[in-house]
Amino acid sequence: MRGSTAMAGDDDDLPEPFGSWFASRGWSPRPHQLAMVDKARRGRHALLIAPTGGGKTLAGFLPSLIEIAQRPAPNTPRGIHTLYISPLKALAVDVERNLMAPIQQMGLKISAESRTGDTGVARRQRQRIKPPDILLTTPEQLALFCAWEGARLFFEDLRCIILDEIHAVWPSKRGDLLALGLARVAKFAPAARRVGLSATVEDPGIIRRWLSPTDGEDVDLVRGTGGAPPVVEMLLSEGRVPWAGHTAQHAMPEVYDQIRRARTALVFVNTRFQAEFAFQELWRLNEDNLPIALHHGSLSAEQRRRVEAAMARGELRAVVCTSTLDLGVDWGDVDLVIQLASPKGASRMVQRIGRANHRLDEASHALFVPANRFEMLECQAAREAIAENAFDPEQPRAGALDVLAQHIMGCACSEPFDLVALHDEINSAGPYRELSWENYESVVDFVATGGYALRTYDRFARIVKGTDGLWRARNPEMVLRHRLNIGAIVSPERLNVRLAGHRNGPPGRKIGEVEEGYLEMLEMGDTFIFAGQVWRLQGVTGMDVLVTAAPGEEAKLPSWGGSKFALSTFLAAKVRTMMSDDTTWAALPLDVREWLEIQRDRSLIPGREQMLLETFPRGHRNFLVCYPFEGRLAHTTLCMLLTRRLERAGVGPLGFVCNDYALAVWALKPMDGLDFADLFAEDMLGDDLEAWLAESPMMKSAFKGCALISGLIERRFPKLQKSGRQVIFSTDLIYDVLRRHQPDHLLLRCARNDAAEGLIDVARLGQMLSRIRGRILHSRLDHLSPFSVSVILEIGRQRSPGGAGEMILAEAEEDLIAEAIS
Amino acid sequence: MRAPAAPVYRYDFADHARGGLRLRVREVEIVCRAAGALWVEAQGVLIVADLHLEKGSAFAVHGQMLPPYDTRETLGRLEAEVAALSPRLLVFLGDSFHDKGGEDRLAAGDVARIETLALGRTLLWLAGNHDPAAPRALPGDVAEVFAIAGLDLVHEPTAEPGGLEIAGHLHPCAKVRGKAASVRRRCFVTDGERVILPAFGAYAGGLNIRDAAVVKLMRRKPLAAVLGSGRVHAIGWGSLAVD
Repeated sequence: MRGSTAMAGDDDDLPEPFGSWFASRGWSPRPHQLAMVDKARRGRHALLIAPTGGGKTLAGFLPSLIEIAQRPAPNTPRGIHTLYISPLKALAVDVERNLMAPIQQMGLKISAESRTGDTGVARRQRQRIKPPDILLTTPEQLALFCAWEGARLFFEDLRCIILDEIHAVWPSKRGDLLALGLARVAKFAPAARRVGLSATVEDPGIIRRWLSPTDGEDVDLVRGTGGAPPVVEMLLSEGRVPWAGHTAQHAMPEVYDQIRRARTALVFVNTRFQAEFAFQELWRLNEDNLPIALHHGSLSAEQRRRVEAAMARGELRAVVCTSTLDLGVDWGDVDLVIQLASPKGASRMVQRIGRANHRLDEASHALFVPANRFEMLECQAAREAIAENAFDPEQPRAGALDVLAQHIMGCACSEPFDLVALHDEINSAGPYRELSWENYESVVDFVATGGYALRTYDRFARIVKGTDGLWRARNPEMVLRHRLNIGAIVSPERLNVRLAGHRNGPPGRKIGEVEEGYLEMLEMGDTFIFAGQVWRLQGVTGMDVLVTAAPGEEAKLPSWGGSKFALSTFLAAKVRTMMSDDTTWAALPLDVREWLEIQRDRSLIPGREQMLLETFPRGHRNFLVCYPFEGRLAHTTLCMLLTRRLERAGVGPLGFVCNDYALAVWALKPMDGLDFADLFAEDMLGDDLEAWLAESPMMKSAFKGCALISGLIERRFPKLQKSGRQVIFSTDLIYDVLRRHQPDHLLLRCARNDAAEGLIDVARLGQMLSRIRGRILHSRLDHLSPFSVSVILEIGRQRSPGGAGEMILAEAEEDLIAEAIS
Repeated sequence: MRAPAAPVYRYDFADHARGGLRLRVREVEIVCRAAGALWVEAQGVLIVADLHLEKGSAFAVHGQMLPPYDTRETLGRLEAEVAALSPRLLVFLGDSFHDKGGEDRLAAGDVARIETLALGRTLLWLAGNHDPAAPRALPGDVAEVFAIAGLDLVHEPTAEPGGLEIAGHLHPCAKVRGKAASVRRRCFVTDGERVILPAFGAYAGGLNIRDAAVVKLMRRKPLAAVLGSGRVHAIGWGSLAVD
């Protein structure tokens, strides 16, 4: 919560004691803070877009503080005045602390309290009976409020809803749930204003429309002043940046040196394995014993909180972290942000860089550390984008129907609803503006009886229509079960990593949690790195992974999954442009230039809109390598579809690998003579895609997510908590049965959308196929090209992308037969 | 978790018609079928375990609307087995229904299908822990345990089998490790003295056979007969992973 010393603004607009409070701190209010006060006075919804460190949170709260301070004493106790919603629990708690400072300094009689999943029962109950003036909470808590009988009364006095970090929330299922919650609260408190706080984005119009109860015109845009432009550099490990790889191991001594020279550094990486690896490497070099910590999503919550607290106290010199620290509480002391390996997108990088130096007038410092030559191109493109203040464009999204199902059940738990009125209400939520009556009705039918063509469940319906024509939950058990399962975050099942007990004794201390599948490729007795230490896997019992410490041993490294974030379309286009024009190469680091020149001499450099495709023999196999630059997800899908076609073309494809830039397929027969225009024709997104998708593990995983969110399957039961591993049925089995008997079921449609959008990136693939139509540049070679090295080196390191089940069984059987014959 | 050490034991197995796996245990020849049923050809006996019929509706009663198609799916696979083998005796090894009310919730069409299955053969229903009472209205005989041709048929494996025991109850599953990934499938598991059948029901979950509950029943490192698509694969203990 800061004002500014830099700007001498006009603070006539601020009433007392606010004006003198600013003055007493030696600050004057920023223009955007005054603008937000002005919007509030005129009763307008507002979206504030400002870079980090611009006093954004105070700008959001200032109008409410003024309004509450100025209102007359109440005759009867009042309800909540302002509801603040943050995507992070920690942020809600942190903002509570920061908000209390000005309130106390000005001697205001305003109560502000946080409420998250961690808040104790007593405090939660008190908050319902005697609500604070300002309540700080999360989207999940809002959904819980909406499913509560007292919701209407509770929100009656609400005047303002503040949505923080809105850029991070809206394009997700959590965002859908939040938008539906907003629409509901607007029915209870029509006078409540909406205030969005967002980091800088390419197109604020999308967020305005999302936030608005109508079409976006009623949400005013307020822009904060831009700070000093960030200083972004690329680490040029002269001549030593490898041609392939993701670890940036070559650069660790230089990274360590940078940390030593900074006050506090955040070291961002793209995956958890990478975080563990970098942490290990840095400590190997840490002769000065600098306090360097680790933070990623597989560590236990308490462990992460300890790191955050130490950071807040200024006790750490560096934290190696994943996207878990992309958002979060304000750490003024960070003066350097290091991005290890590919930045993936310009917007994400700007957010990450914003984590350094939360003082507007000073420039943030960031250092890109590319792990291979392609990443050097990518880092350079990201630097240019940041300098030009250009961001990755985003698409508006249609609200998910599984989330809608959860919301409708919640509404029924709160109070009886009228079918038509609820449809109107849902249509007022941004992502559901286009929701048709047919889709709405089928979701209501799903909520009631599962939406099956075979109508045997009518007598068990979860919601029923009363004689008054209103729909309500059938009985209190349905209500209780629903409330236990609210939320739109589906994370993989997690296992506890614990020290093994003595002999058959109980397991010991918990070290952290890993996602199911994290340790899949390890055998009993293998060593692995976790939480910065080396452990030996001793066994798995129920929900516990048992380990013993194995200090000093060489850890077996699991395969690098690469990043789950694809290179943004925007950045990919920049990279292609940069590469295609050799007059601009002079601006590139020497390593990259040399590498591009060798590629030009040995093979070809594609034009801006072209796609390079190389064919060459290697070993006893024939390779096809191409460079769409569309990210690993889209490439994996493309490989699946290409191999189906190559199979039909009779060349006998044997396998494939891909990374963010390229993909490689190898086959028994040469592929030089194929009709590539035909091979890459857009119609592959028709039947081939559907046939492959239906059987793919991606569909099953998407179905599981939809089944959990929609309430088809419950995560938690009253009284006992069943974990996924003990769940008495598997969603894969349900998927198979449903697909055979009712292939057009609502949840299968939801899963298809999710898989196409998030897991296989079909839209991106479609754009790419249309872009390269007639623009495939074929280079026929005798041996591999410089570009192809990065993807060829992935062979043998990657997991086979599903669908290989029968092959695994056959191989294991051969082993047994060989053993039997020996 | 390792199976107790034992002298080297050679399992006697070979491929059988239609993707099945022929297994000789204690001089008795049995066939593990890719659908998950056990076929004793010499006696014309087909054995299935843990059908958990009406599991979907059992959950729907409590508000979890699982697709109501599990019973017809399971019966469909059973009909295919019966049509292929024409057994004279069809044994349900217990937990044929997911709960006590299951039989009453059967759709009329599904009752008729079970009645058709009983034409020209005997159905034998063993009690399970989910369905301790025998079916009331469905055709067939009822027993707690049963023995035929040197085979003891039980729902739950006993602590110490006397002869060759055929049991269900545990829903065995194998996680088979490949070079770069693994696959989890239902399986038969045997140590040469008893055979535990995979669950036959569409919604029945699975227990990894490296779990202590299975390992403690095995006299030696067991052999897994893993259900692939249209084929049963014999997989050794060394290729199996925990979950």
